[in-house]
Amino acid sequence: MTRKRRRLYVVAASMLCLGVATALVLLAFQDSIVFFRSPSEIADMKPASGQRLRLGGLVEEKSVRKLADSVTAFRVTDLNKTVEVTYRGILPDLFREGQGVVADGRMNADGVFVASQVLAKHDETYMPKEVAEALKKSGRWQETGPQKMKAKP
Amino acid sequence: MIAELGHFALILALVAALVQGSVPMIGASRNDRAWMAVARPAALGQAGAVALAFFALMWCHIASDFSVMAVAANSNSQMPLIYKISSTWGYHEGSMVLWVLILAIYGAAVALFGDNLPPALRARVLAVQAWIAIGFLLFILFTSNPFLRMTPAPADGRDLNPLLQDPGLAIHPPFLYFGYVGFSMAFSFAIAALIEGRVDAAWARWVRPWTLLAWCFLTAGIAMGSYWAYYELGWGGWWFWDPVENASFMPWLIGTALLHSASVVEKRDALKSWTILLAIIAFSLSLMGTFLVRSGVLTSVHAFATDPARGVFILGLLAITTGGALVLYVWRAPGMGTGGLFAPVSREGALVLNNLLLATACATVFLGTLYPLFLDALGGDKVSVGAPFFNATFAPIMAPLVAAMAVGPLLAWKRGDLFGALQRLYAALAIAIVVGLATLYLTRGGPVLAAFGMALAAWLFFGTLSELAERLRLFRVPLSDSIQRAAILPRAAYGMLIAHAGMAFTVAGVTATSAWETESISSMRPGDRAALAGNEFVLLDVRQDLQGPNYTAEQAGISVLRNGKEIAVLEPAKRFYPVQRQATNETAILTTGFSDVYAALGDGNPQSGWTVRLYYKPLVTWIWLGAALMVAGGAVSLSDRRHRVGAPSRGQPRTRPRASAAPAAASDD
Repeated sequence: MTRKRRRLYVVAASMLCLGVATALVLLAFQDSIVFFRSPSEIADMKPASGQRLRLGGLVEEKSVRKLADSVTAFRVTDLNKTVEVTYRGILPDLFREGQGVVADGRMNADGVFVASQVLAKHDETYMPKEVAEALKKSGRWQETGPQKMKAKP
Repeated sequence: MIAELGHFALILALVAALVQGSVPMIGASRNDRAWMAVARPAALGQAGAVALAFFALMWCHIASDFSVMAVAANSNSQMPLIYKISSTWGYHEGSMVLWVLILAIYGAAVALFGDNLPPALRARVLAVQAWIAIGFLLFILFTSNPFLRMTPAPADGRDLNPLLQDPGLAIHPPFLYFGYVGFSMAFSFAIAALIEGRVDAAWARWVRPWTLLAWCFLTAGIAMGSYWAYYELGWGGWWFWDPVENASFMPWLIGTALLHSASVVEKRDALKSWTILLAIIAFSLSLMGTFLVRSGVLTSVHAFATDPARGVFILGLLAITTGGALVLYVWRAPGMGTGGLFAPVSREGALVLNNLLLATACATVFLGTLYPLFLDALGGDKVSVGAPFFNATFAPIMAPLVAAMAVGPLLAWKRGDLFGALQRLYAALAIAIVVGLATLYLTRGGPVLAAFGMALAAWLFFGTLSELAERLRLFRVPLSDSIQRAAILPRAAYGMLIAHAGMAFTVAGVTATSAWETESISSMRPGDRAALAGNEFVLLDVRQDLQGPNYTAEQAGISVLRNGKEIAVLEPAKRFYPVQRQATNETAILTTGFSDVYAALGDGNPQSGWTVRLYYKPLVTWIWLGAALMVAGGAVSLSDRRHRVGAPSRGQPRTRPRASAAPAAASDD
């Protein structure tokens, strides 16, 4: 076993590892990268039904309705456009009207966002970053608005 | 006064670090012993000063001195003492002081116990440690000073984040930091070796115990954090692939690789420059973890602190440290020379495979964690890379690693006999197949991949047992001989076997929980019943308005019935902390065998009922049992005389004569 041979084996093994990893990453990226969309972007882009998305914004005041079969319907807004959302299951404890929310799910053929997961932040004064950005994009961001961050020491 | 004293002590520490970083380094290059000897008192002085600062800060917390801004923002007079103490490191500024304290403790340990290190190497290692300390002390003093006062002082503090008010999380950060910062030792040794232009077996024998110590702390810290997420967040999850979790996991992966490659340097004098590179990467990833957590660049449940100025400073620090180290590496490493030769099928070959797979796994985690950040920074789309990505990439890379873990230790150094090794594993293979088939049968064809995972875990566990039997010549020589062999088997070998067995438990626990957990989420009123995994649950009552020291709580009583008999009453609670207006979950967990029944109480009221989340988690405790075994294995290995800090000396022969003998006799770890 010469040094050259050994190096060749190690390089070959590294290449194999790298190749397999790249293939795995590309495969996984294809169906597990999720794009974040604000309600305005959804209104503009009209994403194909069935595509996985993350929707973020504020839960519109007085939009939460309990439907049959433990389904909750509500609207998510960036104070510019709104998207109708349904979610089957128990919403997180911090889910409130007027608060920031991020929902993971797909658009259905009727233009309703069917959420498979709803995230509300643990900290009530904390605004999910994407939601703040979405509000900025929609031009409705106010520095003193609901996103008031914790005052820094 | 105490706060000012702490502030002053930090400045003092900076001065000591400046001396420690310059004089010994110059002394080492001029071979001036007196200058090199400055390193020791400087390191001890720096550690003393940082400790003084840290305890001054802790005193402010215990005494609830709300004129100190950081205390006012993160503590409260109503908090129990333990959280007043742990609130010292429960926020950005305080945790950075803890970071520097631990760095100084490691430096002081080298100064105190490094007597038999060559003086030049010791001086250089301590100087490099001081450079890191200078960076972080400047960072604290300029961007995150915890000792700033505010006037007028508020009447009471704003309280510690309630999620952190938990015994598990009170001790989690120190463990994690002892792990993170512990890699600074490997880093400093690597830089010192690059400056010296010399790496030999003795160098690896000094680096290994430090790496092993850091690795044990990091493993324990990660396991604790995962257990905390499991019972405190109330979702029954134990790993979320959250960026901050990944930030601690990446140094762990590379640290594990480093641990294994350092043993090749030690035993065979090969893979030297690769080991140095791993040491640099492991510490850089630790720094990056600090950056990710502390800059708040990622949307994450953990990102408590958000301040871009700090982020830029740490990023600069990261760039200088990593960039500088890599430049030095490129310049000096080629001169290190390559060591002993080995065939692809050999112990070294197996360890190279281990390193390749761990590094690849780390690279995919790195990509998944930072891709959204890069894309965002380049002005692209906002994306999120979630658990599905990590599961799809990480598991396929880890599977061959686990499979190889059973075989590697049976191969001889230099040139191994793969066929012979596999022959010794026939029993493990048979058991693995039986376990796989039995799993398929019992779960009625339940996911094939899960059955494969269980078989893999069995393969590793029984492969490790076979390895032990092989070393003891069990059933081949009289029992008394085997016992004698057991007595003289090095502790490092036991440590490796225990840690590998721990990995088997973790793999089994992860597989079983992911594949066969069941849940029931429903709205319940007192008297309502729910069924899950052969248990019946009755909501007895929900007591409202319970008073804690600094919170109010609702607590449910849930009777668990098995075959109609009550076996336990679970009492999950929900706390509300008025100061921070935040709610936390106090879940109730019933462990039977190795599986958990888990209950969490959600929102509700007497009219419409409460949300009750019930989970059945088969074998979930094995995840942490496995981690505990890994830590225990590390500790046992650390107690090996050969690894004892400072034990080795440079006079020893580079290659041990036993190295080329028969596998079982030659392999002592």
